[in-house]
Amino acid sequence: MRIELTVNGTLHALDVEPRTTLLDCLRDVLGFKGAHAGCEHGVCGACTVLFDGVAVRSCLMFAAQAAGSAITTIEGVTPAPGELSPIQDAFCETHGMQCGYCTPGMILAAHALLADNPEPTREDIVEAISGNLCRCTGYAQIVEAISLAAERMRGVNRPRSVDK
Amino acid sequence: MSAHGHHRYVSADRRVREDRRFVAGKGNFVADIELPNMKHVAVITCPHAAAHIKSIDKRAAMKMPGVHYVLDGEELAAATLPLMTGLDTPHVPRRPLAFETARYSGEWVAAVVADTRALAEDAAEAVEIDYEPLPFVLDAEEALTGKVLVHEAHGSNVLLDKTFVWGEVDKDFAASPRKLKLRVKWGRSSTVPIETFGVIAAWDPWREILNVYASIQMPRYADQIGAALKIPSSSVRVHYDVDVGGSYGVKRGIKHTVLCGYLARRLGFPVRLIEDRLENMRGGDAHGPERLFDVEMAFDDQGIVRSMKMRALENLGAYAGRSPFQLGKPIGSIVGPYKINSVEYRAIAVITNKTTQDAVRGFGQGPTNLALERCIDEIADVLGLDPLEVRRRNLIRHDEFPYLIPSGTTYDSGNYEAVIDKVLAGAGYDELKGERDRLRRDGKLAGIGIAACLEPSGGNATFEALLNPAITTSTFMDSCRINVDGLGAITATMHTTSSGQGHETLVGTVIGEVLELDPDIVRVVRPDSLNSLPSGTPVGSRMAIMLGGAAFHAAQKLKEKLVAIAAHDLGIPLARAVYAHGDVHDRDTPEKRRSWAELIGIAHRNYHRMPDGFEPGLAVEHVYQVPTGGTLPDKDGRVQMYPCFSFEFHLLLLAIDPDLGRPEIVRYKLGHDCGTQINPKIVRGMTMGGLAHGIGAALYEEFAYNDDGQLIAQTFMDYLLPSSHEVPAVEIVDHETPSPHTVLGQKGSGESGYLGAPAAIANAINDAIRPLGIAINTLPIRVATLGDMIAAAQEKMKKGE
Repeated sequence: MRIELTVNGTLHALDVEPRTTLLDCLRDVLGFKGAHAGCEHGVCGACTVLFDGVAVRSCLMFAAQAAGSAITTIEGVTPAPGELSPIQDAFCETHGMQCGYCTPGMILAAHALLADNPEPTREDIVEAISGNLCRCTGYAQIVEAISLAAERMRGVNRPRSVDK
Repeated sequence: MSAHGHHRYVSADRRVREDRRFVAGKGNFVADIELPNMKHVAVITCPHAAAHIKSIDKRAAMKMPGVHYVLDGEELAAATLPLMTGLDTPHVPRRPLAFETARYSGEWVAAVVADTRALAEDAAEAVEIDYEPLPFVLDAEEALTGKVLVHEAHGSNVLLDKTFVWGEVDKDFAASPRKLKLRVKWGRSSTVPIETFGVIAAWDPWREILNVYASIQMPRYADQIGAALKIPSSSVRVHYDVDVGGSYGVKRGIKHTVLCGYLARRLGFPVRLIEDRLENMRGGDAHGPERLFDVEMAFDDQGIVRSMKMRALENLGAYAGRSPFQLGKPIGSIVGPYKINSVEYRAIAVITNKTTQDAVRGFGQGPTNLALERCIDEIADVLGLDPLEVRRRNLIRHDEFPYLIPSGTTYDSGNYEAVIDKVLAGAGYDELKGERDRLRRDGKLAGIGIAACLEPSGGNATFEALLNPAITTSTFMDSCRINVDGLGAITATMHTTSSGQGHETLVGTVIGEVLELDPDIVRVVRPDSLNSLPSGTPVGSRMAIMLGGAAFHAAQKLKEKLVAIAAHDLGIPLARAVYAHGDVHDRDTPEKRRSWAELIGIAHRNYHRMPDGFEPGLAVEHVYQVPTGGTLPDKDGRVQMYPCFSFEFHLLLLAIDPDLGRPEIVRYKLGHDCGTQINPKIVRGMTMGGLAHGIGAALYEEFAYNDDGQLIAQTFMDYLLPSSHEVPAVEIVDHETPSPHTVLGQKGSGESGYLGAPAAIANAINDAIRPLGIAINTLPIRVATLGDMIAAAQEKMKKGE
């Protein structure tokens, strides 16, 4: 079937089988390899993308269902080749990963959280990433990364007078 | 020799260079690799716990759109050799596809190749296989009886049964006033990485090379592929620059690779098999140990343990793989951190109709630590002593290192009391007990859990020779090559894949440290297997020690070469030439110097200025043998195993809601000593990750089977991995007792946390339920089991009143 999909701000016209999941479409048809398949039954969160700004599991929906909505993948939050967003940089600063497989999903979950809640508590962060499994880190340095990113992103918008 | 002391880059809080690509989604995972004309494989699995394969009808499937081939076990068995196993058990052959008989539910029986994975799965449903179900056996003790044989031709279900006696066990038992017996069971779980195993094989008939891209973590991978496919290993090119999405031991898809390698050669195009989660859980052959311990301890009234008898019965699943050796590694630290005078150890491995196992983080050490640590707590209980005090009385003291244990390994170094004291300094033990008692007064069941455990590291796998005398391997190595190019840029190599351990950062940091240059200027690359030096791969918590050691020595060789070139060019004796930050100067006349750029120029372009007999250029390599390695077992079954022993001390407070049976970790402190930490961010991450994995093994994760022999934990909704909610904030206290055997004093940390957390949690739960007169020694300790036990005990107490 023919669908139109907006991914990272670009509209793509595609032919896909109706049964094609959004994840397979992003990876295999459009080449956005940053979305990863982990369990393909909606538990692990490695396939997380933003769907109109909300973190969703791209393995649990069909590509056709995403027509008309704005999809953002990890490639879409990376500012430029070789350049990191504040959240990506914070993950590097705290080493909030090891193998890197769950990382794009984690970072997109963090984006969704911080867009709504610029001052999350530890509990808010734990809740926001609780649908994203990481087998390497035990989550501590991921929680720290998101907390650090939040702090830095708040700083960006701080009026100079506050620091004086 | 060791060079401890002040470091510039080692132990500094530096970023991990690999992270940049991962946060951008630009890792190079196997499923990200697209080869032209690549086709996709789906496997068909046996639905029975054991069955005779009567016939396979491929005709309907072959006619379906996009289908290229359906392969069965008969064709594959005729064309390939069985997979390598560690034991000499010729009548227990392991093959990628079952041939004649399938021996567990989920075992691969046939494979379909099609244009897409979806088409291959469609066609898989159209392959008609006629099975005749056979009797099966699931339980290890039942398998021991041999009533049902998993492999008829082997004659029994026992693959390994060895008893070792180190020291005068009978005498020590006779002399000990107290004895205690305990049965402990470690449930079947595994590491279950978020990325499943995947492999792409592409045969180049004109160069006669099989290109392999895989999410692999396994020693001798190319050798094993070549052997099974009957081609030289020099015809196998494993691409090591594939990022592995987590492994922790299990990413050993040799059967997947031989299957794909055969198909790629047979069909003439690249084929790819990426496990889906079901395949990974069931037929991926990546389960971990399922071990039953019967332990007997001999001790005195003060709780001093004199001797131990341990019987470990391992339920291997249907084929051997490498898993029987997981009974062997714990021999190298069979007494844990304690001074136990003598040990009897009986290791039995049986085959059953369950999924085949492979190596899991710790390679059998976690289960052994659980058995030991549960026993120590029970000793404390029968004597009415504090479990921490009993541990303190038995610990090897700092001034007793190096310490020889009965099974022949000498522990390198340790300061267990210091680590424990540091942990207790923050949260006083009495304070924690007070908190426990407060919780108890509030109606909760609360307990304190302690575990003091070792992490053998460095990967000297002489347990292979101990369990199978036909193996005489005493060489365990890793390598690094450094090339400084004509413009002075430094490129170093490593020769294996990584699965998140930060090995590129490790190599860069160590070389930077030796050369006194910013590690970030050291490029680290991974040549493929045909361009590589030997590597033992990241197993046995060895890479900081082994790859770090190789990089250190290669950098030393480079430095020595630079110094010799400078001394020659300056016309001064070698002894006066001093290296600093890439330049070399005369000790007596410091203004006489050759800069890095000048030395590069001489090495690359001015052969007339080189010392006689020197090779031009600046290329060095070092192949590093495991420290303290190089011996085989003696006639009494004693041998030095791993060179280094990291220590971890777990202390936690746990509360159980008595109505629900749900345990909640209230506080968790971990003391950790892995010697010099090369990158503290990496060590902390691995330790926390290991601890989380340990929480899973203790409370949630189990590959459970029903009575029909069906695996009933096939998804992440049945096999529960800890999420951010299940992993508490943990206070980690570091201590550094350098190893005298390693180049920077480092020890391993790849298994830390995991090796003690299950024991500590089991101890905490038992402390919590002890007032009810009940105990639990089977992992995982599920909420439902615990809840039922508590309810029954409370009921009984009520009736008793």
